[in-house]
Amino acid sequence: MIAIVDYGAGNLNSVRKAFDHLGAEITIAGHSSTIDAADKIVLPGVGHFSALSALHVAGLREALLKAMLAGKPFLGICLGMQWLFDGSEEARDLPGAGLFSGRCRQFPATVKSPHVGWNNLSLSGAFDSELSEHRESRTGKSGPEISRLLCHLPSDPFVYFTHSFYAPVTQSTSATTDYGLPFSAAVERDNIFGVQFHPEKSGAAGLLILKTFCEV
Amino acid sequence: MLTKRIIACLDVTGGRVVKGVQFKNLRDAGDPAECADAHARDGADEIVLLDITATSDHRETMLEAVSRAARTLFVPLAVGGGIRKIADAASVFDAGADKIAINSAAVHQPELITEIAMRFGSQAVVVAIDAKRRNSSFEVFVNGGRVPTGRDVIQWARESEARGAGEILLTSMDQDGTRAGFDCELVRAVAQAVSIPVIASGGAGSVSHFVDVFREGQADAALAASIFHFHIESIEHLKRELHAANVPVRWPC
Repeated sequence: MIAIVDYGAGNLNSVRKAFDHLGAEITIAGHSSTIDAADKIVLPGVGHFSALSALHVAGLREALLKAMLAGKPFLGICLGMQWLFDGSEEARDLPGAGLFSGRCRQFPATVKSPHVGWNNLSLSGAFDSELSEHRESRTGKSGPEISRLLCHLPSDPFVYFTHSFYAPVTQSTSATTDYGLPFSAAVERDNIFGVQFHPEKSGAAGLLILKTFCEV
Repeated sequence: MLTKRIIACLDVTGGRVVKGVQFKNLRDAGDPAECADAHARDGADEIVLLDITATSDHRETMLEAVSRAARTLFVPLAVGGGIRKIADAASVFDAGADKIAINSAAVHQPELITEIAMRFGSQAVVVAIDAKRRNSSFEVFVNGGRVPTGRDVIQWARESEARGAGEILLTSMDQDGTRAGFDCELVRAVAQAVSIPVIASGGAGSVSHFVDVFREGQADAALAASIFHFHIESIEHLKRELHAANVPVRWPC
């Protein structure tokens, strides 16, 4: 059972529709108990970073952190990905989950903002050296790590973005996109995944990513 | 690289897709959900469903069409026509739209732009502007292009952005339905005046018109209807040609 977290922000219906199309078993989670009971969690979101404050009010934040710590696969989409970072310049007083380092910033004035439309992903080969070493010691296998979420995609696929703030490139960045500067289009560490773009609006490539998430 | 979007627009009335020239002589062009799906498969980057009659009798029919189209559509879907208050917008989002386009209502009550942007995000608010040439400037028209407002298009586009619009859908009434090319001068003037994306509309008839509106017009996206659904030009062919002309597009998709 995949829980889609409902905290009153944006595109929950679109995300739900895409998972329905894939035949996944879905529940909408507005309470921590539903998150506790789920196998996998999707945190959607679109709009202003301050919308994430609803996670604090409803006690959802603790439930999400607990689930991630327990190893449940977690997918943050758009604002849901930005939440995984330390915070955002868009709402300075509101902390993110702090699972990936860095803060989200506004695009430079050299480009139009928001960044709206289809842009391509550059998939990082060995994106997380720490994870690679960890896997190597565990499995005895070496070589570049490929993102578990993005591994089935063709090279440089196009996906749909709509956002004014971007997350920095870190060692956990599994794909970058260029818009005035390179930013984190996808991040990944163990069971935690985040995508800045909207897989539910990214045609066949997006559906493939969601299908992969269903199977991790 | 951010690509230039090709948007397929479906004018809907009474639950059917129709197309006319300069808002007149409407012809039947099919079922909205089927047309939307077909265009997405052909490579459309986005779909717009425009309720061109937008009377209260047609409201439910339109919402039903949006809902059916949204079910199998995995590219962005925008819906316009007849959205006069926040409750109208909410029902369209509930039916599965990602964005709403507001035109006359935004002119009459500009605070609606802010209201919808605050609740659903700026990315969900497209302000549609119908523009007509007046000597050296452009005038905003409302009510499906029937009523002049005396307002200047550039100023209204700037105000829309300031009030929270995420995109401008700019239709040249002079060019609409003529297939004689976009009004690049109009599009460029607005594209340079605002920092949000501008979708050019009205006049698409050939591949070179799209090249012109992206290069000279500096459009971020271009919208067309009749050339796609009467199969004068397939989106697949259009994108291949744009790609060959070095216009960045989502191709192959």
